Amino acid sequence: MSTETTNENRSDMIVCENVDKWFGDFQALKGVSATIAEQEVVVVLGPSGSGKSTWIRCINRLEAHQQGTIIVDGVELTNDLRNIEKIRSEVGMVFQQFNLFPHISVLDNVTLAPKWVRKMPKAAAEKKAEELLEMVGIPEQAAKYPGQLSGGQQQRVAIARALAMEPRIMLFDEPTSALDPEMIKEVLDVMKDLAHGGMTMMVVTHEMGFAREVADRIIFMESGEIVESGTPEHFFTNPTEDRTKLFLSQIL
Amino acid sequence: MRWNKLTDQHLQEGGSPARLTGKLLTVASLILFVSALLSLVLGPVSIRPDQIFLEILDHFPGVTIDSGLSKVEAAIIWDVRLPRIVLGLLVGGLLAVAGASYQGIFRNPLADPYLLGVAAGAGLGATIAIASGATNGEGMFDALPIAAFIGSAVAVGITLLVGGAVGKSTSTVTLLLAGVAVASLFTAIQTYIQQRESATLRQVYSWILGRLSTSGWDEVIMILPYAVISVTIMLAMRGALDVLAVGEEEALSLGLRPERVRWMVIAAASLAAASAVAVSGLIAFVGIIVPHAVRMVVGASNRLVIPLSLFIGAAFLVLTDLLARTLQSPAELPIGVVTAFFGAPFFLFVLRRRSDGII
Repeated sequence: MSTETTNENRSDMIVCENVDKWFGDFQALKGVSATIAEQEVVVVLGPSGSGKSTWIRCINRLEAHQQGTIIVDGVELTNDLRNIEKIRSEVGMVFQQFNLFPHISVLDNVTLAPKWVRKMPKAAAEKKAEELLEMVGIPEQAAKYPGQLSGGQQQRVAIARALAMEPRIMLFDEPTSALDPEMIKEVLDVMKDLAHGGMTMMVVTHEMGFAREVADRIIFMESGEIVESGTPEHFFTNPTEDRTKLFLSQIL
Repeated sequence: MRWNKLTDQHLQEGGSPARLTGKLLTVASLILFVSALLSLVLGPVSIRPDQIFLEILDHFPGVTIDSGLSKVEAAIIWDVRLPRIVLGLLVGGLLAVAGASYQGIFRNPLADPYLLGVAAGAGLGATIAIASGATNGEGMFDALPIAAFIGSAVAVGITLLVGGAVGKSTSTVTLLLAGVAVASLFTAIQTYIQQRESATLRQVYSWILGRLSTSGWDEVIMILPYAVISVTIMLAMRGALDVLAVGEEEALSLGLRPERVRWMVIAAASLAAASAVAVSGLIAFVGIIVPHAVRMVVGASNRLVIPLSLFIGAAFLVLTDLLARTLQSPAELPIGVVTAFFGAPFFLFVLRRRSDGII
């Protein structure tokens, strides 16, 4: 197992050390250790049930880990509510199900949390939202309702919604798995732009093309453990672990 | 998917949600104003509208006009009709806004303000007060509303304690079930007392049907502080409720503290319901039909539904009270009968629409 960091000059954004997580008797994470640097894009791969979603959900405390430490931007995740809130304010998350509020406009969906959680003035929140909708490529949809948009467009709104809170880290939990294959690319393109813009990202996905092209590093998990970690080139052309080779042989 | 024509059309014409809210609130306050005006003018004793207008103008600071009303007529306006209208506005607004808030929190369209034991608790409190004869006292306030209020508070308190961690979204089900159990317990005790003191049956029954009879301004003064506090909290939380409505995990990842929002809204809505029930008994259906009627027109955003429910609830109760006291004038129908008479068919209609995915 190799966990070398490729960005020596950058500070560590996420540090996990020996993280264990159980659901009842089932151990979902077994001693997961990894460090993600500022602006690094890490793609987490692995068969379903390997613990990849559980891991990234632990990073903004949607799940609580039971042992080990998780430090996000210098703040350790404990039961202290203030720490959890501080971390959540720096970590944006995009889910498989994009869950927009159906009864309000797209723009309103994006401005809702900045206005009502962050108390951002309305004009500033709307200006920011318009910029973000521009960034995700759907400025013309601002006044529509989510139900009038395609799945791919809705997921892009969800990305804009997460970005509206000005996070320093973005977590993506299988963002394209619920989408029609024709709409996957438009969402991945937005994520690619975000990565090139310097966002620190952790992405759980099955999109090998995205992993190969965009990731700085690929972490491969199986049965709650990190099996292998390295550059896409290393991972796809010269994996060291047998379990990685088996996984690749099954999907490629 | 067109959720509702009105907001849809407005947004497509380039209007902003804020302007829409402004427009709708203007309409709602107009409805409110007209209801109050009608209630002021109509009654068993006929008084000319222009005289009423002058009489009210006369009470503005610095204005002295002779309205030509006799002392009795002036007293009817100031000590009978006006306090009753204001109480109707308060009770209707409180019940509707509490219902809208409960529906928002529990994400259950059938949640009503009496959900967590408010009604059963108030019923027990009122029955104890009536049975013990405390309501005939000549004290500063009638003991009945105080007993009803305490009963509600105790019942909701037990529900919240037993229902436990409101923090987790799954435990809202636990909370609802705890509410059902507490309500049964309180109702059982109430029925037992009623059985033992059968002479009180008639009075208890009339209280349960709900009424807006007042003794001057006492009731208004009594619930006004609670009304102001609870409504302020619910209005302040309306946006947080919308954030919560997209889903627990989304709300968490957007930095909201769902458990804090839930506690505050549940506490405020229960306080509002308890205050309303204390002075008016159990007025049925206002807390359900008004928020639903509002939702059918403007969509389900809590930021619109909560303030509009406040206005429309107030107007609706003043109008039904007008019907209650004029339909069989000079006799009065219990207002609970009137709200249920119009409420129940509407409710069935909503239930039917529900299967069409409207709510």
